[in-house]
Amino acid sequence: MLHLTLFSVFGLICVAGAVNLLLQRHPINSALSLVVVMGSLAVEYLLLGAEFVAAIQVIVYAGAIMVLFVFVIMLLNAGEEEHSQGSHVAWLLGIPGVLAVTVIICWALVRSEGTAVALGVTREASKAFGNAADISQLLFHQFLLPFEITSILVLIAIMGAVVLAAPPESVQETKREG
Amino acid sequence: MLSLSYYLVLSAILFACGVTGFLIKRNIITIFMSIELMLNGVNLSFVAFAAKWHALSGQVFVFFVMVVAAAEAAVGLAIIIAVFRTRQTLNIDQVNLLKL
Amino acid sequence: MTPNLHLWIIPLLPLAGAAINGLLGKRFSRRTVAAVALGFCGTAFLMALWIAAQFSSLSLPYSETLATWIRSGRFSVDFAFYLDQLSLVMLLVVTGVGFLIHIYSVGYMWEEGGYYRFFSYLNLFMFFMLTLVLASNYLLMFIGWEGVGLASYLLIGFFFLRDSAAAAGKKAFIVNRIGDFGFLIALFLIIQHFNSLDFQRVFAAVQPYAPEATGAGFLTAIALLLMVGACGKSAQIPLYVWLPDAMEGPTPVSALIHAATMVTAGVYMVARSHMIFERAPSALTVVAIIGTLTAFFAATIGIAQTDIKKVLAYSTISQLGYMFLACGVAAFSAGIFHLMTHAFFKGLLFLAAGSVIHAVGGEQDMRRMGGLRKKIPWTFGTMTIATIAIAGIPPFAGFFSKDEILWRAYEANWIYWLVGLVTAFITSFYMFRLWFMTFFGEYPGHGEASHGDDVAEWRAGAPAPHTSASHGHGHSGIHESPKVMLVPLVILAALSFVGGWVGIHHGFDNFLAPVFESSAVAATTFQGGAATQARQEAPGLETTLMVVSVAAGVLGFLLAFLLYNRKPELPARIAASAHGLYSAVANKYWIDELYAWIFVKPLIAISGVVFWRGIDQGVIDATLDGSADTAREVSDNLRHMQSGNLRSYAGWVAIGATAVIAYMVWVGLRTP
Repeated sequence: MLHLTLFSVFGLICVAGAVNLLLQRHPINSALSLVVVMGSLAVEYLLLGAEFVAAIQVIVYAGAIMVLFVFVIMLLNAGEEEHSQGSHVAWLLGIPGVLAVTVIICWALVRSEGTAVALGVTREASKAFGNAADISQLLFHQFLLPFEITSILVLIAIMGAVVLAAPPESVQETKREG
Repeated sequence: MLSLSYYLVLSAILFACGVTGFLIKRNIITIFMSIELMLNGVNLSFVAFAAKWHALSGQVFVFFVMVVAAAEAAVGLAIIIAVFRTRQTLNIDQVNLLKL
Repeated sequence: MTPNLHLWIIPLLPLAGAAINGLLGKRFSRRTVAAVALGFCGTAFLMALWIAAQFSSLSLPYSETLATWIRSGRFSVDFAFYLDQLSLVMLLVVTGVGFLIHIYSVGYMWEEGGYYRFFSYLNLFMFFMLTLVLASNYLLMFIGWEGVGLASYLLIGFFFLRDSAAAAGKKAFIVNRIGDFGFLIALFLIIQHFNSLDFQRVFAAVQPYAPEATGAGFLTAIALLLMVGACGKSAQIPLYVWLPDAMEGPTPVSALIHAATMVTAGVYMVARSHMIFERAPSALTVVAIIGTLTAFFAATIGIAQTDIKKVLAYSTISQLGYMFLACGVAAFSAGIFHLMTHAFFKGLLFLAAGSVIHAVGGEQDMRRMGGLRKKIPWTFGTMTIATIAIAGIPPFAGFFSKDEILWRAYEANWIYWLVGLVTAFITSFYMFRLWFMTFFGEYPGHGEASHGDDVAEWRAGAPAPHTSASHGHGHSGIHESPKVMLVPLVILAALSFVGGWVGIHHGFDNFLAPVFESSAVAATTFQGGAATQARQEAPGLETTLMVVSVAAGVLGFLLAFLLYNRKPELPARIAASAHGLYSAVANKYWIDELYAWIFVKPLIAISGVVFWRGIDQGVIDATLDGSADTAREVSDNLRHMQSGNLRSYAGWVAIGATAVIAYMVWVGLRTP
């Protein structure tokens, strides 16, 4: 019961945040709504017994990525959205399409067996599931190669971001110096 | 007891919102955020399935998704900054040089 | 056992000559070209003579098969050659007269350009004609048939820089094609009914059939269609219009192709198919009527022509009409006899006319000739012999053959005989008219206008006297032709004199009898009764008719003597008083204009409007251009997808994803 309540509440907050993201005009409001979404998603992860992932979600997503977004919005001084010519395709075909897909998926999901997963934060479950120790076991044994590669990926991303975002003059200076 | 499908439905709704945001928003940064929203929705379904099948690989995958999302966000925002510098606008409809 | 005669060599010899002259002749000297052409043609003639010499020891019919050509199911056609008395006669005529004309051409064409081309075409013609004559089946004969049409086109249009010559060549070929269409359909019918085209097989299959009732039956259809082909090739009504125009070609061509050999191919084919014709009496009647009408019709046109070669052309058409009349009354051997004598005297007439033209420096209009008999005596002498022969005066060749035809015509139906008789009178008249106008009287002195003036005048577009293309030489004045041209004239004159004597006491008929032995069948189908019986019953009748036909010939001479020698002002007065009739005859009854109005102009109009604009441009081009345009428009519309607008791209992606997901869900839900 508690489970269901928690799920519903945070689920609603999640959806509300998502919809708010769509409805807001100013990007900063959208960013903050996204933070709300991520926070509630973290709770959902906890409900599913994924502690590590929940922590990561808060730290990385809400704490780093969204901060990055907010910084950029600040930096670029993005104002309210103007009205400009949109895309007919997007409005007329895309949105109904997406809605249709969503409805189809939901209906399919609900119709299927819907095994009652014993989900919940129970002591037995949490011991065997989703804690940092287990995940790191997996991460450093089975998924070592992807782990290393993603680290390189992050490195590349950092360098790329630096190069791309740097002002042009400074890039040429570094070239001349280098 | 909650069935898996609840989580999946939520995930689907989040994904749909992300797609919708991508399609209707004009600000590039907001479009980016919708992408993040989509990724989050997918993450949720990963974790839900991991819980169902009692397979930690699902959560490990979420880990990787997050890392990649971070990298992508960094690079993408850098690109946005570069675009802003040249075009002085964050309106995606004006970033339309790739046309015939 | 009959030895292998190697018949296949005979056509191939002139083909080799044509190939050598055609491919290499440009580099040869004229002597070499002539030597090559004469050599191959002469060898073919010698081979023909050799076969004739062996004649008594041969068992005819003889056939040799070289290779299989078509084999399709039960139907097969071979490259096979065939020799019997009929083809032996044709072979000797073609090679003999052909060889003489080759010799003549060496001299006649000496000053012309394209010497090697001429002899190459001439040899090519010989090849096709020999194939036609020696063929053992209809298909090989058809190849020869088509081939001689081709050679005729090439040779008529030999002076291709002249528009009229090129047009005449085209006309000949096209009109021939119309006939060939009929021939082809006949071939198809033969294949359909007898499953073979081989002469021996077809005729053996036809043998058991009884003569068909009037107008019914497939044999009549085949015979009539074969006749259509013959009308085209042998210039009978209604397809004769090409022959007068064919006089644009050099005179040896007119002699060889349009007098002696090609135009007789139709007669040969009808004679060869006599089995079929005899069993289709209505077709035979049609043949006879066409022959008679053509003979009379062409003769009437001949009396008003002023160009020497045109007179001879219409004379040829008329004499061919006689041959078809003979075939039409089932007197096939008489027709072939006349074919042979006609080859002699008509060939001679043309060659002599060429000699006359050569002598007067290219002039062909008889009104500008006259009094030539002292200046070109040899030509005069030989032409006289030929003219007497064609008039049917004994003992010259034409008398025997023409008289035989008239007698057999009388037996069939006296109307044929009467028209034939009148035609003989007219023939004699216009031939002697030609003779008088050319050789007697005063030479009008066409002026010492040298060759250059003629050509300049012609090029300037003035209505120049009708000259053959560039036939003058540096020497002015009238001169006799060189020996190389005179010798064939003399030989042909001799043949025109003695050539008919083989017909005495039905020698020729008996010679060809094994070929036409089934003519007994035909004889019973005619109202006139059995031929031999009538002959035995009334020999006096035959002699009477003979005398009458000779009298007709003499009358023609006398009338011509009166009008063109004694009282030369009379023709003009007669022409003036019978103005309508005269202009109709002089204008060839406006048949060419009629054809142009009925057939040619509508065809050109249809071709231009319907086929060109309608179908070619409107349908075919439109389809192709249309598909290209459609492709362009589609891509033009599709490129709007590349708008550069990211959101629309995203929209498309979303739609695509939706479609795929929906499909997969549907599949997943379908499978139980």
